[in-house]
Amino acid sequence: MSAVQVLDPGARALVQDLGRPGLAHLGVSASGAFDRAAHRLANRLVGNDEGAAAFECLLGGLRLALPAGTWVAVTGAWSDAVLVTDGRRTPVEPHTAVRADAAAELHLGAVTRGLRSTVALRGGLDLPAVLGSRARDTLAALGPEPVRAGDVLPLGPEPASPVPLGDLVPVDPPPDGTVELGVRPGPRHDWFDAAAWELLLTSEWTTSARSDRTGVRLEGPALARVPDLVGVELASEGMLRGSIQVSPDGAPTVLGPDHPVTGGYPVIAVVVDSALDRLAQLRPGQPVRLRLVAGRR
Amino acid sequence: MRLLPCGDRALLAEFASLESARAAHARWSAEAPGGIVELVPAARTVLVRLDPAVLGLGAAEHWLAAHEPDAVAMATVGGLVTLPVVYNGDDLDVVAEAWGCSPAAVVERHAATEWVCAFIGFAPGFPYLVPAGAALPPVPRRATSRPSVPAGAVALAAEYCGIYPRCSPGGWQLIGRTDAVLWDADRVDPALVAPGARVRFTAVRS
Repeated sequence: MSAVQVLDPGARALVQDLGRPGLAHLGVSASGAFDRAAHRLANRLVGNDEGAAAFECLLGGLRLALPAGTWVAVTGAWSDAVLVTDGRRTPVEPHTAVRADAAAELHLGAVTRGLRSTVALRGGLDLPAVLGSRARDTLAALGPEPVRAGDVLPLGPEPASPVPLGDLVPVDPPPDGTVELGVRPGPRHDWFDAAAWELLLTSEWTTSARSDRTGVRLEGPALARVPDLVGVELASEGMLRGSIQVSPDGAPTVLGPDHPVTGGYPVIAVVVDSALDRLAQLRPGQPVRLRLVAGRR
Repeated sequence: MRLLPCGDRALLAEFASLESARAAHARWSAEAPGGIVELVPAARTVLVRLDPAVLGLGAAEHWLAAHEPDAVAMATVGGLVTLPVVYNGDDLDVVAEAWGCSPAAVVERHAATEWVCAFIGFAPGFPYLVPAGAALPPVPRRATSRPSVPAGAVALAAEYCGIYPRCSPGGWQLIGRTDAVLWDADRVDPALVAPGARVRFTAVRS
């Protein structure tokens, strides 16, 4: 059985797959890859099932020792990645499957675009599943522990499907300017006055450095409640990935994959499903605009 | 029941009472069509998460409205879980004041009550229990959270009784402690007390 050794986890590297949906009634969030499209693509590139476990690496810096014959693909955030074999350095282009012909080291440089890279290895990371998933839920502390230097992670058996032909999948890097996220009204949109709605949809928000997989905080103007509901407590209710909850001081937070299952702050709006992956790649300080997406309501 | 918008892949059903929300969660869990991928019960609401490719928001609204249960029809429910408790919590006096009785009477009333798990929140396996019969007086939360509440702590806040599945910060009033393992991800049923389960507490000496 082959295995990969972690030489350096970089800022933070987690094992993720597509999570454990369907357990919220037991207090367990879906968790799973923050950038789901990047996760699926990385796995497809090396011929894995889309839901195989892979590394989710924050800010680059991950270094792995790969056994000879390992296929690897890097998606999501862009960084200068190289495969080092006997001192020879071969660049690893984003969105390209690369094979280590001999034992080699994979080095991810600092990220130049986006925030989180997915590193998939052919066979997937074969760790014990918890409640059917190998995803690390950072809030509930479920699934594999964050990766540390020296960890040896087994790779799964050779998948039935081959590594697909085709050299490079044309995918744009994560944007480095203002990121636009589509939203629809949330269940408590009527807790806020018209001016707060206007501010939500017209302000240029700034991604806070105090953001993580639980939630991405947006800095900007305070969103005021209607006068009758100032100081009123909301009984806890179910939350979603993408729910924009507003704390009593008026600051919005967009919930991420490891969000609490229920929460007591009113949700003014919800980021639409098609925009959720972009949240994973927002860098501290990056500007964000929220746009109302037409819908039935 | 009011159906509130919740983005492009969920609806939030809001009810006038916890009882109605429980009834809806029980009925919808049993009868939900494909496309309803998750039902999250809470104090006055059930969050309905959809796969819009299978069931659109409009169709889901129609189905939920047509299957709104009669709250009266909702009796009980799940199996009975009996939990031994050492009633030695630090906040028995606070609860005694809220309930207008002595600390010994708090223990007596708590152990004489049959509880039902309304929903799970806060942490995996943390049950929000309410009396199956008449309500007990509400208990105020602590003004400041304790940084560390031990696993197995039995605690009260508002109209609920909760049990901490693992050591964590917490703002509820502590009345005792159980050795029962509330949460074990390796068990077939990871949550010892799931929504709908009935719970009895029995006093034991350490």
